[in-house]
Amino acid sequence: MGDDVEETTLSEENGTMIQQRRSGQDTLLDARGLTKRFGDILANDKVDLVINKGEIHALLGENGAGKSTLVKMFYGSLEPDGGEINWQGNNVDIGNPAAARELGIGMVFQHFSLFEALTVVENIALALPNPGNMTALAERIQAVSREYGLPLNPGDIVADLPVGIRQRIEIVRCLLQEPQLIIMDEPTSVLTPQEADQLFLTLQRLAEEGCAVLYISHRLEEVKRICHHATILRHGQVVRECDPTKETPASLASMMVGADVASVSAAEQKPDIGETRLGLHNLSARAATPFATALNGISLDLRAGEVVAIAGVAGNGQGELFDAISGEMPVAPEMIKLDGTPCGTKSITWRRKREAAFVPEERLGHGAVPGLKLSQNIVLTRHATGDRLVGAGFVSTTQAGLLEKRIKQAFDVRMSHDDPEARSLSGGNLQKFVVGRELDRNPGVLIVNQPTWGVDAGAAALIRQALIDLARSGSAVLVISQDLDEIFEIADRIAVISRGYLSAAEPASDMTRERVGLLMAGEAENQGEMADAH
Amino acid sequence: MRIELVKRKERSQFMALFSPLIAVGMTVLAAGIIFAVTGHNPLEALYKFFIEPLTQQWSLEATINKATPLILIGCGLAVCYLSNNWNIGAEGQFVVGALFGSILPVLFPSFENVATLPLMLIFGAVGGALWALIPAVLKTRFNTNEILTSLMLVYVASLILDYLVRGPWRDPDGYNFPESRIFSDAATLPDVFGGLMSLSTPITILIAVILAVVLAKTLKGFEIRVMGESPRAGGFAGFSAKGLTLFSFALAGGLAGLAGTMEVSGGLNQLLPVISPGYGFTAIIVAFLGRLNPIAIIVAGFVLALSYIGGEGVQSAMGVSNKIASVIQGLLLFFVLACDTLILYRVRMVSRRVSAAEVSHV
Repeated sequence: MGDDVEETTLSEENGTMIQQRRSGQDTLLDARGLTKRFGDILANDKVDLVINKGEIHALLGENGAGKSTLVKMFYGSLEPDGGEINWQGNNVDIGNPAAARELGIGMVFQHFSLFEALTVVENIALALPNPGNMTALAERIQAVSREYGLPLNPGDIVADLPVGIRQRIEIVRCLLQEPQLIIMDEPTSVLTPQEADQLFLTLQRLAEEGCAVLYISHRLEEVKRICHHATILRHGQVVRECDPTKETPASLASMMVGADVASVSAAEQKPDIGETRLGLHNLSARAATPFATALNGISLDLRAGEVVAIAGVAGNGQGELFDAISGEMPVAPEMIKLDGTPCGTKSITWRRKREAAFVPEERLGHGAVPGLKLSQNIVLTRHATGDRLVGAGFVSTTQAGLLEKRIKQAFDVRMSHDDPEARSLSGGNLQKFVVGRELDRNPGVLIVNQPTWGVDAGAAALIRQALIDLARSGSAVLVISQDLDEIFEIADRIAVISRGYLSAAEPASDMTRERVGLLMAGEAENQGEMADAH
Repeated sequence: MRIELVKRKERSQFMALFSPLIAVGMTVLAAGIIFAVTGHNPLEALYKFFIEPLTQQWSLEATINKATPLILIGCGLAVCYLSNNWNIGAEGQFVVGALFGSILPVLFPSFENVATLPLMLIFGAVGGALWALIPAVLKTRFNTNEILTSLMLVYVASLILDYLVRGPWRDPDGYNFPESRIFSDAATLPDVFGGLMSLSTPITILIAVILAVVLAKTLKGFEIRVMGESPRAGGFAGFSAKGLTLFSFALAGGLAGLAGTMEVSGGLNQLLPVISPGYGFTAIIVAFLGRLNPIAIIVAGFVLALSYIGGEGVQSAMGVSNKIASVIQGLLLFFVLACDTLILYRVRMVSRRVSAAEVSHV
């Protein structure tokens, strides 16, 4: 294990970690001075990284810190501009992913690349250089998947499988090539807590067998739990190395950000609950496409002054629920009420005029038009809400520019020059902008889907605090999120969505992660069905 | 060694305006090379092709008259294409507009007063719009492909025109020639600026300017641009995709129909079995050459009209095949699209072999 080799030491004088050369005979990968430049931006600046055999090595950093760039160089899909990579003591030039796989480096991607219409074994065969006989391959798949506690049925069609199983396919595909180093990019972001636990067991098993794992995650709790060593990147440079088991999530976060992350305060102040602003009454909708989820009798009262969070694994109807509430997907009038007025068929503009505001999951292409400037993207959602953006049919560029500056300042949206096109912003900055655009209106009802998805710790804290502050000022806030840490941080009440069913919203103080996990895994469905029957 | 196109993070505003000029410059250069290779004096040929038509009264008139319908149709099509509605049937909308506009002078020749001409223009616009709404309604109701339906309706419109001119609308005093009666003075668009152009040209320029303002400054223009680039975001903004499909088709058809009426009223002065040398199709090139911007479309309309007249010029004066006009139009479109590509993407040389699948995978 990595811990047995020369360790990083704590220098008592200044309290910072100083890395000694961790490389030794157990060293698998030793990268020295890796540099990668994109135009003016130095994505990786002389990065040193040592991965030992049997080590679960966390790679931490905010969005844009250079994590993806670094692993892409290990996986051969990017070419370093400087520095060298040593693999088991030999200097190597990893020309492409096939070369990486030959060396024994495998990668499991955050976004799966599976063909939904094909079976498990067919998908795996497509990715292997010499798949050989399909029956033999199916047997190998079963053997490997059993061995590592990742049960898979090779004959299943991928479209029928939940996300957790799909990830298993990716992992098994990777394992079949007997890698010595597996790179995992945010593997748990799509898993239920129980599925994640299962994954951790597999990783520990792999590590015991001597396989190394390079683990990228934003979830610091789990990094602390399973990783042996952590390297922290900031602005393309290695700023710290540490043993995450000896750190707290908060200390890890502040290392990533380079400053203390403001902790979000929700619990101290008791919510002052008012009238029901948004009512969902037996909201049902058929699935519009084979890959969409039907909504089944969803009921919920969202009251002024509170934050209600809807937890759930991706693809369980969150998008459809959001579209129904926003008005992009019309439903029967009585199913949705704003301040008591039935509005299931009303347009999104009608709802916005009645103080509702919406932030969709997808920032680019749904929440914002990529090729339009930020100021014009403000017009997108606020042209009818009395912000003097439109007069006599004409759009006021001046007013849009003023709002853009105000939002930029209030939410610390960083940009290379004034009023850029939305597409040029980093994910975190664009998220701050699309959330800020709605919060700037001081809406009475805010619906936000995945408020901090792919957003770094600093920006996430800012957004969460803003949501809480909005609720405390008397607005009703509905947050749809996959991130349990976030949900427990900000929610007053929690409901869980599973296969289009919604569990009853219960006070956050009565909820535990285990209970949420069970609801996510289908318990919500049963509860929803029972409610349906009444 | 491999060449890759990498998407630029932002587009250069300056280059967006400048690129059509580069394209025209490169077209002139390429045309010169073609003239030289085919054994003609390139400078003389270029002069005769691009400059001479502008120096003589008759050829200037001809250029303006050809440019006018191209511009008017191109402006309407630009609205369609900006909003992702692929109206290919402007030629048919032009013809049906001409038919509607001809109802008064052909069927009610005695209806002659100040209202005649305005009514004809309104009829023409309404006719073109109704014809264009057929593919639009089919698209919004039944999700048909508007490229096919709008294109097929072109041939239906042409055949209706052919039937009417040879049958019920034939001139009773016309010795059985397949043509309608000649329009009366009250039904004829007057010439302006000393006969240099028909009234249709100033009307067209005015409409182009109004459209340019609408597209650049109003919420409707914003809606059109948003729906074209990102329909999902447009829906989030509260804009209706179906509504915009109907609107843009009706507008493009209305303008094409207006162009059709002005062509028969101001130029031909009667209906003939064929009233358009393919204006509706050439206008597609005009719209893209003008980068879907009405002001630039005015210029593009003139450039394409010029290439027709210039092609005839070099043919008669130097014996160059008049197919050269099509070649130069094609070159122009090619260079404009190439310049556009370089605004959106930059070229990167890749010295190492990485399969594209792997790159996209990451």
